[in-house]
Amino acid sequence: MGTASETHAVLPTTDFQRLLEALSMKGYRVVGPTVREGSVVWETIRQVSDLPIGWRDQQEPGRYRLEHTGSNDIFGVVHGPQSLKPFAFAPREPLLQIERSKNGFTTSSTFPQSEKVAVIGARACDLAGLAVQDRIFLEDAYRDPYYAARREGLFLVAVNCTRSLTTCFCASMETGPRVSRGFDLALTEVDDSFLVEAGSEAGRDLLSGLSLPPASEDLIGEAGSRIEACARNQVRRLDLARLPQALYEAHEHARWDEVAGRCLACTNCTMVCPTCFCHTIEETPDLSHQQSTHVRLWDSCFSQQHGYIHGKNIRPTIKDRYRMWLTHKLASWIDQFGTSGCVGCGRCITWCPVGIDLTEELPALLTSGVQSSIANQQVGDP
Amino acid sequence: MSESEAQRQRPRLAVVKFASCDGCQLSILNLEEDLLAIGQALDIAYFPEASSDMKPGPYDITLVEGSITTAEDAHRILAVRQETKALITIGACATAGGIQALRNWADVESFKQTVYPSPEYIQSLSTSTPISEHVHVDFELWGCPIDKHQLLRVITDLVIGVQPRLPGDSVCLECKRRGNVCVLVAKGIPCLGPVTRTGCGAICPGMGRDCYGCFGPCEGERKGPGLPPNTDSLATRFHQELQLIPVEVVRRFRGINGSVSPFRTESEIWEKKT
Repeated sequence: MGTASETHAVLPTTDFQRLLEALSMKGYRVVGPTVREGSVVWETIRQVSDLPIGWRDQQEPGRYRLEHTGSNDIFGVVHGPQSLKPFAFAPREPLLQIERSKNGFTTSSTFPQSEKVAVIGARACDLAGLAVQDRIFLEDAYRDPYYAARREGLFLVAVNCTRSLTTCFCASMETGPRVSRGFDLALTEVDDSFLVEAGSEAGRDLLSGLSLPPASEDLIGEAGSRIEACARNQVRRLDLARLPQALYEAHEHARWDEVAGRCLACTNCTMVCPTCFCHTIEETPDLSHQQSTHVRLWDSCFSQQHGYIHGKNIRPTIKDRYRMWLTHKLASWIDQFGTSGCVGCGRCITWCPVGIDLTEELPALLTSGVQSSIANQQVGDP
Repeated sequence: MSESEAQRQRPRLAVVKFASCDGCQLSILNLEEDLLAIGQALDIAYFPEASSDMKPGPYDITLVEGSITTAEDAHRILAVRQETKALITIGACATAGGIQALRNWADVESFKQTVYPSPEYIQSLSTSTPISEHVHVDFELWGCPIDKHQLLRVITDLVIGVQPRLPGDSVCLECKRRGNVCVLVAKGIPCLGPVTRTGCGAICPGMGRDCYGCFGPCEGERKGPGLPPNTDSLATRFHQELQLIPVEVVRRFRGINGSVSPFRTESEIWEKKT
């Protein structure tokens, strides 16, 4: 490592296409945020104009709107509903192909082909979410080969945030807005140029191929102060100081009943969460019963089947399911994996159809309150 | 067992129709290449929509389309039940009473007087009711129309002799798996997806429009306090944030599956506020 100006380069916005072409030349399919149906989704892109230039997002509980500002900013939109999750943890992953044989059956695995995918526009919260999923799927004894095959091919071009949404609280979770690890290249958009830094060997290799001029100390300073301002502007926060214990002690808090009255158990919060990893397995036999595909699908602790164990649903009510989700996400996740399950992206707040906000729910639950009056009420299985 | 014996032992299938538009039967025909596999796995013995060769019962599996709207049909469904081992309803009409169940809140006599020059020839019940209100139903397929893949799955399960099981999750789960942008959150459209049963493949939100609940309530009829679907919360959101007036909330829930609880109870709550 040398001085900052030796490790930081500058890419004029007008030359952004060069980055896309350099990635293509290295054999990557380049994916970036594109405008669709009032938000942005990941799509394969070929030119800079495929990116949401001049758009920005406004997010609040249960509400997302894009607005066109007419600026030349490429990354004015902070994020859409998708984190990096679908790239490695596929929503629908065939695991096994099963064929009937004379004396039983044979199986063959259906590992995905490792594809080189460069994702442009990942945010600090997205990288933090991916790191949590890496911990779950790749570490310990049970390494998931399907996740690993998809994860291996990812090249991540991150973007430092210089604008916070009202739903963002990454600063309080210490996951952003500056990307600190897990990226190949990191960009900071400053007016008509990008400050570029490499975070991996592959990133350094690509950057040297671009032969960009070194960044000035002024540009580095300006980028840094914009990221710091972004952190200061965040209006939401989560205080995990008393967790996990305090949330366990709130198990019978009356607030659970109150939030269950609003919660739809629709699964949206868990689907957009960058760290939620629950899944179900579906068997899809053909009509002749000669073969079947064993498929893994995204599932949710809010779904009916998720709580179904040996003839009984152990979480029949919405209250059971919301309590399970929040307690796992913010408390027992710490016991289980050594980190919080929340990275502060705010997606569960925005994409909840009724705007339930965990940064409001947690403080309410940690305030000593009335114990639930129906805590022990028996509810029939659905 | 020889090939011909296997052929003879194929389960016998019947498809019958009550008050309906025939769209669910067309979903069977729309299975296209899979129809050949069905023809091999099952003896399609009675299916007037597809063939004039109608063999008498008894049958192993009967797919029932349509709701009960006449006294004659209320009698006929009893015979259908007696002629079959497994009775499967296909679609919103047979499973929930269908769009024609809107008559349950209206005056059918006045409809007859208004529409027909000789209303005395019309012999119709004042209600449209699902098949399950008349006979025991072994399995229900939701949707307007049904999803052909779900139908194929249920037939596959029945042929092998396992209890069919289809997910009762909300449409939202499938929307997110498919990468659809939520129309309720991003466009402010009153989508019923959060309280509606999955199975359609989230077609409508995938095309940028709202789900109108044609697969009925998710997780089936609510059987106790605090269980999904939480129509109360969604209806309140429609009213307070999306500015639907009460009569619009009523119309949201009183559609193709309007006579099924909790859609029915929700529409009746909001009707009192109009």
